[in-house]
Amino acid sequence: MTPATGRFRTGDRVKVKFEDRPGHLRTPWYIRGKSGRIEKVYGDFLNPELLAFGKDGLPKKTLYQVAFDHSEVFGKAQGAKDKVLVDIYDHWLETLA
Amino acid sequence: MARGHHDVGGLPGAGAIEVTEHQLSDWEILADAVNQALGARGIKRTDEMRRAREEMDSAAYRDMTYYERWIASIETILIEKNILTKAEIDRKLVEFESKWGEP
Repeated sequence: MTPATGRFRTGDRVKVKFEDRPGHLRTPWYIRGKSGRIEKVYGDFLNPELLAFGKDGLPKKTLYQVAFDHSEVFGKAQGAKDKVLVDIYDHWLETLA
Repeated sequence: MARGHHDVGGLPGAGAIEVTEHQLSDWEILADAVNQALGARGIKRTDEMRRAREEMDSAAYRDMTYYERWIASIETILIEKNILTKAEIDRKLVEFESKWGEP
């Protein structure tokens, strides 16, 4: 596989955009607006938001596995060591200083 | 825009997830076969099927079982791509019903 073209590397801190628009959105509602860390860079894939409407899916988007603290997602300290892992595309993420 | 009927992760009150295995009905296996055949022919993509299910009427979505949603989304995509018309599908359905007595 060719190297990923996305903006982020493993370990980068990111925030998921809170976007809501018509279409086929692959970022689940419960993770929008949450902050996490890039756990894994999967590579570049055809964009499912476009494939869903019969388009060619280009340009490709980099897909990451993003790790979130349990408390960030569920709002309590329960399972302090637990992570929530979600696959998220590059255009849904912004840099977190 | 509101949260879609398919996007319910983390919502309270959804109840426990049913994790026991169950026997598939013949028609469910057939639904899978049709789905895979259409994919192999390049007629539909999984993303299109998902989008069709997301765009369904919410009450209908909630009332349907897993494979019923599959069938409904296959129908949507085939009509959308002018491969079958709604009238052709309904006509065939009537044929099956009269032949087998039960839908």
